[in-house]
Amino acid sequence: MSVIQYENVCKKFAGSSKYAVDHVSAEIESGEFITILGSSGCGKTTLLKLTNRLYDPDDGKIIVEGVDIKTVDPVELRRRLGYVIQQVGLFPHMTIKENITVIPSLMKWDKRRMDERADELLKLVGLEPAEFRDRYPHQLSGGQQQRIGLARVLVLDPDIMLLDEPFGAIDAITRLNLQNELLRIQGSLGKTILFVTHDINEAFKMGNRVMVMNEGRLLQFDTPREIVQHPADAFVKSLIDSARTQEKFWEGAL
Amino acid sequence: MIEYIRKHPEKVLGALTEHIELVLITLVISLVIACLLTLLAMRSERVSDALNNLFSVLYSVPSLALFALLIPVTGLGRTTAVIVLTLYNQYILLRSFTAGLRDVDPAVCEAAKGIGMTDMQILTKIRVPLARRAIFAGIRLAVVSTIGIGTIAASINAGGLGTLLFEGLRTINTPKILWGSVLSALLAVSINKLLKMVENRL
Repeated sequence: MSVIQYENVCKKFAGSSKYAVDHVSAEIESGEFITILGSSGCGKTTLLKLTNRLYDPDDGKIIVEGVDIKTVDPVELRRRLGYVIQQVGLFPHMTIKENITVIPSLMKWDKRRMDERADELLKLVGLEPAEFRDRYPHQLSGGQQQRIGLARVLVLDPDIMLLDEPFGAIDAITRLNLQNELLRIQGSLGKTILFVTHDINEAFKMGNRVMVMNEGRLLQFDTPREIVQHPADAFVKSLIDSARTQEKFWEGAL
Repeated sequence: MIEYIRKHPEKVLGALTEHIELVLITLVISLVIACLLTLLAMRSERVSDALNNLFSVLYSVPSLALFALLIPVTGLGRTTAVIVLTLYNQYILLRSFTAGLRDVDPAVCEAAKGIGMTDMQILTKIRVPLARRAIFAGIRLAVVSTIGIGTIAASINAGGLGTLLFEGLRTINTPKILWGSVLSALLAVSINKLLKMVENRL
């Protein structure tokens, strides 16, 4: 059953004659890990923000869990989806526990439930609750902050998560760990994930299927294997080739 | 000078008390109005600019002139003084409040919106706490400014330390002039220092 449907979605920003998102259509099934790949300005972040109504489309429809999101209250939609940005944006004046339980506290959960949930999520993302719950964001490393960012959006147990280059600002070693953690979490919880990245290796490693975008258009949407074996156009082919060239370098060096 | 205060302690203390009352009443009313205007200003950049322009124009009108303009409407006395001082304060408060609130890290605000906080929740739980220093600095500046401009209020029968000053000038009574000016200055400097200490702990 498809959990997200993009139907001819278009978005233009004021003052620009070019489409930021240009007639994108795609269907995403429940439990899939979809990576959205493209370089800066290709529309991948805009597509993500259209999905949780941080932007509204100029044309076309987006259907989430069977409902046209135009008819849904944006705040309620955003709480139902999870959304993580590259800089994470942890609230510097709140402890880690308070950061994680921001939305539950606005929804008036009782204290004990919030404390338990915070500890549960800290364990899930691989951080010791007793050590981290009362710390402040500035006391954490970049990788740890990203883990808290994930914990914060998992608090309401959303079925769908939107991640915008979450590991972009992380060093390569930590990124590898976080990628594996995320795959583990997604595998055990069965969530549908949309993961934006400009890194072709990350996109192909993480995604069941990959959306390749350029200049607002969706060029190809398929499994990594299919894309490598049958690139849809010259641009996709050039992406594959650039990754291959890198691989050859490593093989040559060894 | 010492002889003057020994002979007329009630006069000096009375003027000081009146002045402090004037400042406090003005402060409370100014804050209420500034908060409401800030809420409006945060909704739209255009409204924010329009309000700032309005109050900066008002601020550039000399206080004596603004007092005089209002006398036919609200008469002589404290009411007019409070109205004028409150209008002046809006320039300082609105500007500090909106600048401080807008200055909060955009990534933090974007994350807040993305996880499902309403605009009001983002304002009260994220922007205001993170902008508290800028907000308090605005309040401090407004208080000190009110203490200063408040001395002119005496010229329209609103009382305060200005009374000593103006009476002294009229009768060339040096001790009075000195007490009026020294106390005003002391009040402004000490309140500024006190509030700065609080601000540094925020």
